[in-house]
Amino acid sequence: MSAARPGWILVLIHASAALLGVVSLVGTLWNGLEERPVALAFGLLITVGEFTRWTGAQVREAAPLGAAGALSYALLGEDAGQPTHHGVLQVVTIVVIAALLGGAPHIARGRGLEPDQLARRVLTVGFAAVCFQPLYNRGFFDEWSGAAYALLLIALLALTALCDAVLAAALAHSRTGWPFGPLLRDEMRALLGIGSAVCATGAVMALAVAVVGLWALPVFCLPLLLTQLSFRRYAAVRATYRQTIASLARATEVAGYTPAGHARRVAALSVAVGRDLGLSGTELTVLEYAALMHDIGQLSLVDPVPSGATADLSAAEQRRIALLGGAVVRQTGVDGSVAVVVERQADPCREQPVAARIVRAVNAYEEKAQGTGPEGPLKALEELRLGTAGDYAPEVVEALARVLSRDCLTLGRAG
Amino acid sequence: MEGIPARARVYVACAALGALLCLLPLPTIRTPWWALALLAALYAGCEQIARRRFAGTFYPVLLAGAFLLPPHAAALVAIPGALLSQGALVRRTWRAARLALAVWAAARVHWALDGRDAVVAADFPYALLPAWAAVLAFCLVLTLLDGGILALADRVPVRRAWRGLFLRSLAPVAVHGLAGLMMAVLWRSPYGPVAALLVLLPMCVSWWVFAQYHRERAAHQATIRALVQAVDIKDGYTRGHSERVGQASMMIARELGMDAERVEVLRFAGILHDVGKLGVPTRLLRKDGPLTPEERRIIELHPEYGHEMVRGISFLGEARAAVLHHHERLDGSGYPYGLVGGQIPESARVVAVADAFDAMTSTRSYRRARPVCVALQELERCAGTQFDPRMVSALVRVIERWGWRPEVTAGEGRVPAPGAPVASRPGARR
Repeated sequence: MSAARPGWILVLIHASAALLGVVSLVGTLWNGLEERPVALAFGLLITVGEFTRWTGAQVREAAPLGAAGALSYALLGEDAGQPTHHGVLQVVTIVVIAALLGGAPHIARGRGLEPDQLARRVLTVGFAAVCFQPLYNRGFFDEWSGAAYALLLIALLALTALCDAVLAAALAHSRTGWPFGPLLRDEMRALLGIGSAVCATGAVMALAVAVVGLWALPVFCLPLLLTQLSFRRYAAVRATYRQTIASLARATEVAGYTPAGHARRVAALSVAVGRDLGLSGTELTVLEYAALMHDIGQLSLVDPVPSGATADLSAAEQRRIALLGGAVVRQTGVDGSVAVVVERQADPCREQPVAARIVRAVNAYEEKAQGTGPEGPLKALEELRLGTAGDYAPEVVEALARVLSRDCLTLGRAG
Repeated sequence: MEGIPARARVYVACAALGALLCLLPLPTIRTPWWALALLAALYAGCEQIARRRFAGTFYPVLLAGAFLLPPHAAALVAIPGALLSQGALVRRTWRAARLALAVWAAARVHWALDGRDAVVAADFPYALLPAWAAVLAFCLVLTLLDGGILALADRVPVRRAWRGLFLRSLAPVAVHGLAGLMMAVLWRSPYGPVAALLVLLPMCVSWWVFAQYHRERAAHQATIRALVQAVDIKDGYTRGHSERVGQASMMIARELGMDAERVEVLRFAGILHDVGKLGVPTRLLRKDGPLTPEERRIIELHPEYGHEMVRGISFLGEARAAVLHHHERLDGSGYPYGLVGGQIPESARVVAVADAFDAMTSTRSYRRARPVCVALQELERCAGTQFDPRMVSALVRVIERWGWRPEVTAGEGRVPAPGAPVASRPGARR
């Protein structure tokens, strides 16, 4: 499914970012800086933005303020009514230096630099600047005045955002080997959220600096800082939520209903299979939560099923446990679709939603492969293929086989 | 509708009259009608989206109106949006009147300080001063009006109604004011209203994320509750016990002068202290008749099971230690580790007292509830050997002051527990 060999893309992106950075640095050293106060102010803004970047949490845009500042500098044409003269090389230089400066405290604290993020930032900003600065400095946009100019900036930013989404998806694709299409779709969807806020802020800052000068920067930073803050809190509560769900899932293990680590392994494998089948970000979250909690109905049983192997129970009994589990999940306040997946995991596969099919097949595989010898996984997969007719959806079993062969995921005993 | 007393209606009518007075000069003064219409439509649109998606009011458009238009025209911007919103006529009138009055005051102050010339000339940093003054006026008027309606409709004492209202609203309105100022400046710039509209996008996103945050947080708390309800499924007799222990722990912590964050953690500690009972076979929890030493030992594993479950939840902090050690005793005769005195974490000592107190004062199938004062005497008798005297005296003090009224309603959406008859059981606490 991957057209190009993943490693190449990564090397290509990093090398071109590094090349652009070095060429810009040398060029700027050669030519000197145009409009130093403006360069300094934007450099400061980007540094602050990078310094306040999120660390740890998995988010799409870790430093929205830095990104918006960099984009607005790339699209800056005037400062308080006076035309500016900085070119592409200066823009990239300022962004690189500011990103490195802002990242230095994080590196000092041992968090390390994220080369992917930096490469993306440099290439995206370079793209925007190449589209705008040479044409602007040659007076191509002189007839574009007023609202048309504002619309031009918006169009350029939309193009840049598209470019950034492709870059991000390509980087993720080459790092993880997950299919490119769904990754790109997720990136595009994220554009509607923080992506649009970053782009709009970039355009507004460029326009506002053109009207009122550098005073616009602090005035408009504040609302975006607020956005950044609420995003961070949102990310934090999401992380906590995930931990809580995982703990709830562990309840069955502590109670001795399922083997240790079962829920987590099923969740990890289900997400991998879901990704292979092209599910999107939110669908994957639902799938992950449902997989974590798929056995929770067993808590209602008075006696544990031997080693938690529900796959070998009668269909009616399986369905009863699934319904009990759905009832528990409904109480937890998790998204209702998670409860539906848990409830329907024992239904015949033709009537099931995709997520429920995945959970069912992966759970059966996990149970059959556990505690058997080295050939266990292969035998378990074979059993699933044979049972495909009624219980396990063929396309899910095939995706499972692909994931297993690709990741060499032998599902070791390590919890 | 029926709940609104006559005084409040008169108050709303007065406010509406005031708003109409603000609008009076509308036909006499030259008004930029198209800008007014655009802003009013924008505000109404934002308000419609806001009602459906999130909560709260969208001030940047209103404040931009106050910075752009003459006072009477600015006041008109708020009215269509507020009148088109949902609810009874009185409520809609009230919303429209209060916003119109506040925007009018803000625009008046802004006008008086020459803010409009500063906006047109993009005269920074001077333009910040009238904007700031206008934001202050806006907040002040909103606070006065809101405090009045709280006092009249809900019979809240006037001083309490006003306290905190102003400071709480100032910070968000100030940020909205900056966005409104940017909007006004760009509106009057050569780039026109298109550029001004762009300002709204980041604000909307910020707002949406904030709403998401609240939704996710509510879901998270429901999940914590579910962790407790999972115990209820197995063991009907502890129903409500966890919530009450959480409340008692919170009261003790507050009495000991802990900060708000720690109090919250201790509430969670109380709620989750018995979560390890999930790991005890249901047959044992529901067993009739006396337990064998073997069975007792299995039940005494529940603190360790509980700790095993919650140790991955990082925000619980010291509550995790409380789950593990809430059956330790000061003299070292407790379990699981037989810790002595100060070795027992403070959080665990708090939960131990709260747990024992609720176990004694709630009705169990095998015995009636004891009165609160008897339970407190019993706790004081065991203070020093079983319980930390500091925690016991804190509980005694706080109950003397406020009484003990456990919230039965704790946990909205509480599902009736499975109808299995609760078996009688020996032994008080385990």
